[in-house]
Parts: sequence; structure tokens; C-alpha cells
Amino acid sequence: MLNFSREKLLDLYKNMVLIRKYEERIYFLFLEGIMPGTIHQSHGQEASAVGMLYDLQKTDYMTTTHRPAGHALAKGVSLKSMMAEMFAKTSGCCHGYGGAMHVGDMAVGAVPAIAIVGGGVPLGVGIALSCKMRKTDSVCVTFLGDGATNEGAVHESMNGAMIWKLPIIFAVENNLYGASTSIKQTTTIENLAERAKAYNMPAEIVDGNDVIAVNQAAERAIARARSGSGPTFLELKTYRIGGHSRNDTCGYRTKKEEAEWAKRDAIKVFGERLVKEKIASRKELNAIDEQIEQDIDEAVVYAKSEPSPVAEDAFKNVYVQEGLI
Amino acid sequence: MAEKSIAEALRDAIAEEMRRDETVFCIGEDIGIEGGFGGAFTVTLGLEKEFRDRMVDTPISEILIAGAATGAAMTGMRPIADVQYGDFLFCMMDQLVDETAKMRYMSGGEIKVPMVMRAPVGATTRGAQHAQSLEGFFTHVPGLKVICPSTAYDAVGLLRTAVHDDDPVIMFEHKKLYGSKGNRAEKGALSPIGEVPDEYYTIPFGEAVIRREGTDVTIVANLLMVYNAISAAEILADEGIRCEVIDPRTLVPFDYETVYRSIRKTGRLAIVHEDVERNGWGAELAAKVASEAIYSLNAPIKRICTYNTPIPFAPVMENYVVPSVERIVEEIRNLINS
Repeated sequence: MLNFSREKLLDLYKNMVLIRKYEERIYFLFLEGIMPGTIHQSHGQEASAVGMLYDLQKTDYMTTTHRPAGHALAKGVSLKSMMAEMFAKTSGCCHGYGGAMHVGDMAVGAVPAIAIVGGGVPLGVGIALSCKMRKTDSVCVTFLGDGATNEGAVHESMNGAMIWKLPIIFAVENNLYGASTSIKQTTTIENLAERAKAYNMPAEIVDGNDVIAVNQAAERAIARARSGSGPTFLELKTYRIGGHSRNDTCGYRTKKEEAEWAKRDAIKVFGERLVKEKIASRKELNAIDEQIEQDIDEAVVYAKSEPSPVAEDAFKNVYVQEGLI
Repeated sequence: MAEKSIAEALRDAIAEEMRRDETVFCIGEDIGIEGGFGGAFTVTLGLEKEFRDRMVDTPISEILIAGAATGAAMTGMRPIADVQYGDFLFCMMDQLVDETAKMRYMSGGEIKVPMVMRAPVGATTRGAQHAQSLEGFFTHVPGLKVICPSTAYDAVGLLRTAVHDDDPVIMFEHKKLYGSKGNRAEKGALSPIGEVPDEYYTIPFGEAVIRREGTDVTIVANLLMVYNAISAAEILADEGIRCEVIDPRTLVPFDYETVYRSIRKTGRLAIVHEDVERNGWGAELAAKVASEAIYSLNAPIKRICTYNTPIPFAPVMENYVVPSVERIVEEIRNLINS
């Protein structure tokens, strides 16, 4: 398959399965009622996350949204620390201060997720500005959804990134709905990539469910950013399998539409392709799936057994200077 | 020792910080344009000559300014951001309140956001949208520090501390105190000139200063109101009323102890600020005193603040709603006689 190594192809598969199974397990744990908080899940959008982030280094940055789990895992935040955060434990990636909508780990360049729609995008520009001013060759991938492209913050950011020629990639996951509202009600254009033209920003429209296509577009955009040639706008056309949030039964979508997208399920299609092109046998893929289930089992056991913060920990980390509240 | 206006003092202090640390940079509108203004009040005038790469001129995009400063601060830089008028901070409110102030907390202490956001405040006959004093909005936000220097000496010392501080700092400066020159000069400005020592010094946050000593009433005032309070105190002195005037200099953190110590002596407290009265920082100070030091007081606490209106244009109205020397004198007289 193309000129990708077998190792990379299997990694792409594995990383996507990790996100899918993680999200499925989180959903199950929520149904069990043993996890605090709320969830905005990304199953269905795994190819965008994994394709965009696979080639980044730890020294590169990523900002994400209220739907961050896939991005965080793909950027290298550890499964155990993610799970512990979901159980609000001190060993969570945000030490129990973040929760589902703020997961991240700066040690791997994953900025804690910003759950204000469009709010993480100006931060991404600032990070890219910093990368450039510090004369590093690091880049920043900033994820946003279709809904965020209607936020002023995003337009100020795209304009700023272009005038300063910053090493940033605007990765727009167009999953067709902002919560329950169809994109047809919120924009008058067919392709969000057209918005990049207003800023003279190079843009591509990509099948966001095809991990190979996403990864190739990402490689081009990352190379442009690293070489000092400036930002790229990638519109990744995709679909979330689940609802907007925990209690969403998707009454605003047709079963027919859901069924059509199910046929284009990123993991199913990619797995079949790997088998068909004899990169891996079904048995090998099943073994990967099983290993991930085990890893998740272990992460859940770990997360449950970890200590919780004490109430007064709420007073910490408001400022660097302790005791100042 | 040099005599400087606040604008000059800040300009020199910013340049010095940029020389001292190459991660320090300025970002804002019209700050480093050759032949331009040096920001709305000349503070950064000419800095682009020495620091071209670190004077980041932005489009008129306040969300971008705040986001870019915050993102840069999270990843190894120390931005000094600036808006032309404090009122424009509202355009970037989500960034400052939801992102800047909370990044450290949401990350469980993994992130530092060492940024300074400078903002001019104060009513200056520009009407309602270039006039507000905004302290109350920001003292309300856990995660932000809020400072408000009223002299050149304090502006330099507090700016240095703010630049070195690993938390985000909102720095309010008063338009009538800058001493901006040329066509950026402010009508009716006080423009105090102050001494700034040649040797390097900093001023810790949370240390108020007593501007004038007295035994009859404590007046706590910030920014321009420090000067109005001192003028009022001079008038009242002729009537035998001795006012102690305290300038808190920083609002978060706030030096309550100096206020408590003063009212133990005077038994009376007046709070003067140009931010509107309702839920201003004076309300918080009054509540703190009521709960921590009420038995020091012999009279009710008096707040002398801008009335709860937008800032009007007509000078006769503007001068009326903002606390004047005359209003402070009158209110203090009433307080003494109560």
C-alpha cells in the first residue's frame, strides 16, 4: 500500500482501534454510572486524529476541543493517565483538575483541551508564534470542528497565522453537525476549505475517514509548516458515530445517513484494505484488537485503584504562587 | 535617579526587560509601527528600532492578541501584550477568562502562563466605550493577578515583577497619569513626573503603600483616585481632618493587613475608585473589613466610586459621575461627622 512501511500501516490501524475501543469503554463506564462528568466522544473520527498526528514529534504541539480523547491519545498522552483523569484521580493527565473536556499532557505536546468552541485556535497560533520566535522547527496542529469555523476567534487566528507565516495546521474535522444543528443551517458554502481563500491560505479537502489520505495531507502541511512556508487549512470530511454528548440520541439525523456513513467506517474500511492488500491477516488484526482491549482493562483497573485528590487540593494550582487565593 | 513620566518609565522598563531576557516580547495593535504611535499612549514608541523582531504588530484582532500571548506564554515566551483601550479587553474576554486564567488549573499545575496584559483605563471625555475602569471584572477571576500602578516608580517596579511572574497579570494604567507627549498628550491629565532610580529594583505584589499619613480616616484609593484622594486630604487638613491615604498598588493579591493596621488607628474607612461602585473592588474590600476587622471601625464604611452609570460624554456629566476631589472632601466630612 503506497510507500508506507508495514510497521507504520499497522501503527495507524492500532492507534485508531485504541481510540475506538477507548471511547466505547468510556461510554460503557458511563452507562455503569461509575464515572463523574460528561463525555463528548470521537468514535468515527479516528482517521482524522491518527492521520494528522502520526508524524508529529513530542516537541510538536497539538490543540484540541471539547471532543479531545482521540486527539490526545494520538498525540501520545498515555492511556493510563487518560483513564485516571476520567476517574478524577491524582495520577490523571490533569491530576483531576481537567476531566473529559480538558485532557492533555504538555510533556508530549498535547495542550490540555479547550472546551470553548474555537477557543483553542488562538492558543495554537500563539504556540506557533512561540515556535517561530524561539527559532525551533516545531509545528502546531490545531483541531477544530465545522461549528468552530463560524467563530470569530478562528477567523482572527487564520488571518494572524497567515500574516506571520506561522508553522500551524488548521485541521478542521467537518462532521456535519454542530451539536444537533446541521451544517446546512449554519453555513452557505459546500466546502469549509473555501474559507481559507479569504486569507490566501493553502487548503485541501480530504476524506477524513481515510487515514492514508489524511496522513498524506498532513505530511504535506507539516512539511510546509516546518520549512517556514506557513499555515495550511485541511478540511477533513468525517462523521461522528455517536451523539454530540452523553445523552444525545441523534434524533436530528436519519438512520439512512448513519447507515451510509457506517459503510465508510474508518477502521472497518482500513482493516479490510490491510487484509485485502496482504499487509496483515485478519487474525493479526484481531490480535491487535485483543491486545488493546487488555491494555484498556489494565488502564481501568489502574485508574480505579489510584488515589483521588482531597477536597482542599481545589486550592492548589490557581496560581504558581501557592496560598494566593 | 531620573525624572520620568509613567509612559517614559514604562518604555524604558520594557526595553530593559527585553534586553535582559530574549523571551520577552511585545504584542499589540500599533505598537511598533515605524512613524506610528507606539501604542495608543506612546508607551512603546520607538522600541521597534532596537527590537524589530520582538515588536509583534497585530491586526485589529483582540482575540488573536490574547490567544497568541497566552499560547506563547505557555511555551517558553514572556509576552507583554497591550490593548489600546482597556474597554477592548471585552473582545478577548473568553481568552483571558476561560483560557489564560484557567490553563494552569485545568492542567493540574503542569502549565505556566507568564504573560502581562497592559490596558489603559479611565474616563477622558471619549464617551462610554473608551473610558471604563475595569478592575472589578478581572479581580473576580481566579487565576489572574491584577495590578494598577499610579506612579512612575511603581509602574517600573511592578512591571518588572509582572514580567518575571509565572502567572498571568493584568496591568491597568490610567490615561491621565501617563504623561504622553506630543499629539498623544491627554487633555486635563495630571501626568505626574516621578523619580525612577537607576539601580534595578522590583516591587512585590501585595504590598500597599501609604501615600500620606493621618489619624482620623483611612482612604484607600487606586490609579488616578490616589491623586484625587491626596488633594482631598490636603483640603481636609486645613479643617483639621487628618487623612491617611493608602494606595494598594495591586488588587490581586491585595494587602489587607496595611488597611487593617491603618483603621485600627483611624477607626474610619473610605474607599475611592473610578470603577463603578456596584461590585467594584471596593465592595470586596468593604466586605473583608466587615468580616475581619469590623471592631476597628467607629463609623460605617464609605465607598466613593463612579456612580452606577456608563461613562457619559458631556464633561459636566463625566466630571459628576467620576469621584472628584470635591465629592471626596464632602463625603469624608460626612464620614467624620457621622
